[in-house]
Amino acid sequence: MRVKIFISLKEGVLDPQGQAIEHSLHTLGYREVRDVRVGKYLEVDVEAASRAAAETRVREMCDKLLANPVIEDYRFEMPD
Amino acid sequence: MAWGVIVFPGSCDDQDVFDSLARDMKQKVEFLWHKDDLKGSYDCLVLPGGFSYGDYLRCGAMARFSPIMRGVIDFARRGGLVLGICNGFQILCEAGLLPGALVRNAGLKFVCRQVYLRVEETDTPFTRDVKKGQLLKIPVKHGEGCYYADAATLERLRDNRQILLRYTDAKGKPTPAANPNGSLDNIAGICNEGRNVFGLMPHPEDACDKVLGSDDGRKIFSSIAVACARREMADG
Repeated sequence: MRVKIFISLKEGVLDPQGQAIEHSLHTLGYREVRDVRVGKYLEVDVEAASRAAAETRVREMCDKLLANPVIEDYRFEMPD
Repeated sequence: MAWGVIVFPGSCDDQDVFDSLARDMKQKVEFLWHKDDLKGSYDCLVLPGGFSYGDYLRCGAMARFSPIMRGVIDFARRGGLVLGICNGFQILCEAGLLPGALVRNAGLKFVCRQVYLRVEETDTPFTRDVKKGQLLKIPVKHGEGCYYADAATLERLRDNRQILLRYTDAKGKPTPAANPNGSLDNIAGICNEGRNVFGLMPHPEDACDKVLGSDDGRKIFSSIAVACARREMADG
């Protein structure tokens, strides 16, 4: 099953990329943009006996490697 | 004393570290391939700069799981000296041997220039050959060198005197202009609580010869050599 993982910077971590993008959007005329934060999106295709089993394993993967808990939060979506 | 320089796929400053230690500092040094288990006896292990694993996912995120890291972490836990330079610092943070993380430079640009570092603590094997407050002129070359830690961690680092180097101007003042990457509190290098693991973004191996603009980097390597010599004497 294909799991969608979203990794985002924690609040309080400086995001100069987001700031640069916000600035570019403003320059293009989208002055209503108040903030931009850049994250990561991963698609991980896992073999698993059950949804619950897959969820546990994916959470481990995120905790261990895919996200750095010092600077990042994550959430993921399992297929229906 | 014996030095080991770990080489990961994508490391590029391993050669500079080796040359500076062997040729400039006259030290016994070997390369250690990341896929091998850590064998043999070393006094100091160096994780050099570069782009291990292409900096994919996050800098140092995958290198921390290389086979040799089991031995490196064990070595550090037993009190062995570990020096992480640039990518090496990133790997040590990812491995949990040092607190905090290194993120993208605040100015978004890759910065490659000489900086001034003020030595904040000298009671460590890495800075004992220097005077407190002394300035070292050493180059930085990185795109992701902005040190970040949450407020509680920063307070702990200050209380435990784990901040060893700060970016300053030529007069020793830690100004925003002197900070090449936006690091919190102008932090350029920190050690762990045990004071046996040291991570810094600047490259001392590129400041071991005056022809390169400065030989202040020697002081970090000589500190380690002196510390190890004393350890050998103490062990008898």
